[in-house]
Amino acid sequence: MIGLGHYLAVGAVLFVLGVLGIFLNRKNIIVILMAIELILLAVNINLVAFSAFLGDLVGQVFAMFVLTVAAGEAAIGLAILVIYFRGRGTIAVDDVHQMKG
Amino acid sequence: MIAAFAFYLFAIIVIASGVMTIASRNPVHSVLWLILAFFNAAGLFVTLGAEFIAMLLVIVYVGAVAVLFLFVVMMLDIDFAELRAGFARYWPAAMVLALGLLAELFFTVAAWKSGGLVPVRAAAAPKAMPNIEALGTVLYSRYLFIFEGAGLVLLVAMIGAIVLTHRRRGDVRPQNVSAQNRRRPQDAVVNMNPGVGQGVSL
Repeated sequence: MIGLGHYLAVGAVLFVLGVLGIFLNRKNIIVILMAIELILLAVNINLVAFSAFLGDLVGQVFAMFVLTVAAGEAAIGLAILVIYFRGRGTIAVDDVHQMKG
Repeated sequence: MIAAFAFYLFAIIVIASGVMTIASRNPVHSVLWLILAFFNAAGLFVTLGAEFIAMLLVIVYVGAVAVLFLFVVMMLDIDFAELRAGFARYWPAAMVLALGLLAELFFTVAAWKSGGLVPVRAAAAPKAMPNIEALGTVLYSRYLFIFEGAGLVLLVAMIGAIVLTHRRRGDVRPQNVSAQNRRRPQDAVVNMNPGVGQGVSL
C-alpha cells in the first residue's frame, strides 16, 4: 500500500531535479527560476504528505504560504529578468558582476 | 489498488515532466512540461486528501505563475542556443552533487522511518469535516495573522513588480490626471460674438 515514504521519495526526487536544473542551466535564468519552482513544489509535496499522514492541518496551511511566497518570487524574479534584458539585450547571467546601479 | 495505481501514475508523470523541464532545449517546452508537473502534483495532493491545495496549485501555479513564465519567455527575444553552451561541461559535477543530495534525503527519510521522532499535533484534522472547511476553520482563526502576512507578501510582490518594470517613456503622452482635475470651465470655454464676416482669432 502507498505510505508516507512513497510521497517523500517523490518529493526528494523532485527536489534533486530542481537542484540539478539550477546547476545544468546556470546561464539561462528562466530555467533557473523554473527549477526553483520545482524545488518549492517538492517541498509542498513533503508538507502535504506529512500533513495527511500525521492528521495535522498545519502542513497544509504552511504549504499554502509556500505557494504564496513562490508566486511572489516568480513575479519579482521575472520582473528583474525583464529589466535586466531591457538594459542588456541578453539574459546570460555569467556576467552579472558587471551589473551597476 | 486504484489508489496505488493513481499514485504511481501521478508520481511517474510528475518526475518525468520534471526531468523534461530542466532538460528540454526550448524554454517554451520547459514551461509546458512544468505545467504538466504542476497538474500531476495536484493529482498527488488529491490522492492525499488535500483538495484545497490541489485546486490552489492548479489555479495559482498553472493559471498565474506558468502563464507569467510563458509571457516572459515569448516576450523576450533570446538566443537560447547560446545559453545552453555549458550544458555538457556542467553535467558530471551536477550529477555528483545531485546524487549526493538524493542519498542524503533518503538517509533522512530512513532515519525518520526508524522512529524516534514523535510528532506534536498543532492542529489535529477534524474527521467529520471536508478538507476545505477544516482548512478554512484553522486558517481564519488560529493562523489569521500569518494569513494576512501572506496577503501582505503578495501585495509587496505586486507593487515591486510594477515598480521594477515601469518605465517612463518619452515618446508617449500619458494622461495627466491632476491637470485634468484642475481645469475649470473658464479656462476651457470662451463665449464670443463675432460680427458678420469677421473670423474668430484663437
